[in-house]
Amino acid sequence: MELTGDKAKAWLLNFEAKIQEHKAYLSDLDQAIGDGDHGSNMARGTEAVKVNLEKIAEPETAEVLKQAAMALISKVGGASGPLYGSAFMQMAKTAKETTDIHELIEAGLEGIKHRGKADVGDKTMVDTWAPVVEALAKDALTNEAITQAVDATKPLKAKKGRASYVGERSIGALDPGAVSSGYLFTALVEEVLQ
Amino acid sequence: MTMGVVIASHVDKIAEGVYQLIKESAPDVSITYAGGTDDGDVGSSYELIEAAINNNEADELYCFYDLGSAKMTLDMVSDMSDKPITIFDAAFIEGAYTASVLIQGGYKKEEIDAQLAPLKIK
Repeated sequence: MELTGDKAKAWLLNFEAKIQEHKAYLSDLDQAIGDGDHGSNMARGTEAVKVNLEKIAEPETAEVLKQAAMALISKVGGASGPLYGSAFMQMAKTAKETTDIHELIEAGLEGIKHRGKADVGDKTMVDTWAPVVEALAKDALTNEAITQAVDATKPLKAKKGRASYVGERSIGALDPGAVSSGYLFTALVEEVLQ
Repeated sequence: MTMGVVIASHVDKIAEGVYQLIKESAPDVSITYAGGTDDGDVGSSYELIEAAINNNEADELYCFYDLGSAKMTLDMVSDMSDKPITIFDAAFIEGAYTASVLIQGGYKKEEIDAQLAPLKIK
């Protein structure tokens, strides 16, 4: 399926609304195993995305993704800034060649892995993105598949990021980045895939 | 080719404090620093780190950071910069101090890198 400029804009505005709605919950999750600012950081970042996107009258896929990347890189203030920023930057580059959603999200995942050096099983946002890429390859991304991926971070022990410092204590907690990535893909399902 | 040091921390006062500590022993080295977010909160700022890199007078930069997101932000700025930049996964204060005093002492890059190697902790 193709990600048109209009759909890309609608997707990211929906993501922003979900982040604002769950801001406190995301920070609570982060407080348990990190520094407690994931919700407020993502809220600030996606608010800046919204401001950038609302200026675009005729959305074009690569430009929408690039504007989102720039806003997240400069405004988030935590690790999710460079991580989400690198994801959207890679997607923007790929969008010049193809607007196929599976290929775009796969490029985003590569951007995250390159920046954060994390892999599947490290209890990071990669644990949401990787199964989502697999599901998109089979044209089978659903809200259930997203929830399953996010929930699967619970029993993992964090090997990357601030949560890795708390060691065993990270077991049993959801990874905040995996949860916010879950909202990103739920928004994708709602705005683009359904 | 001159060498300089960039310090990136999550907190403005930490960055400033490390700068103050090191500058005392390396007064002639170009050392720049960035700490916290644009609003002065705890975190990392692309703009502040970019400014620390751009404002450093040296041709080649050694960068030191405290925690993960400062490193990732350094990485991003480094990708966009033309200057040769090395980000060291060394103990933050000890690494920045070692690099600065060795640059001050006129040591070569290879010798500095060898001294920093055992300080790698991340």
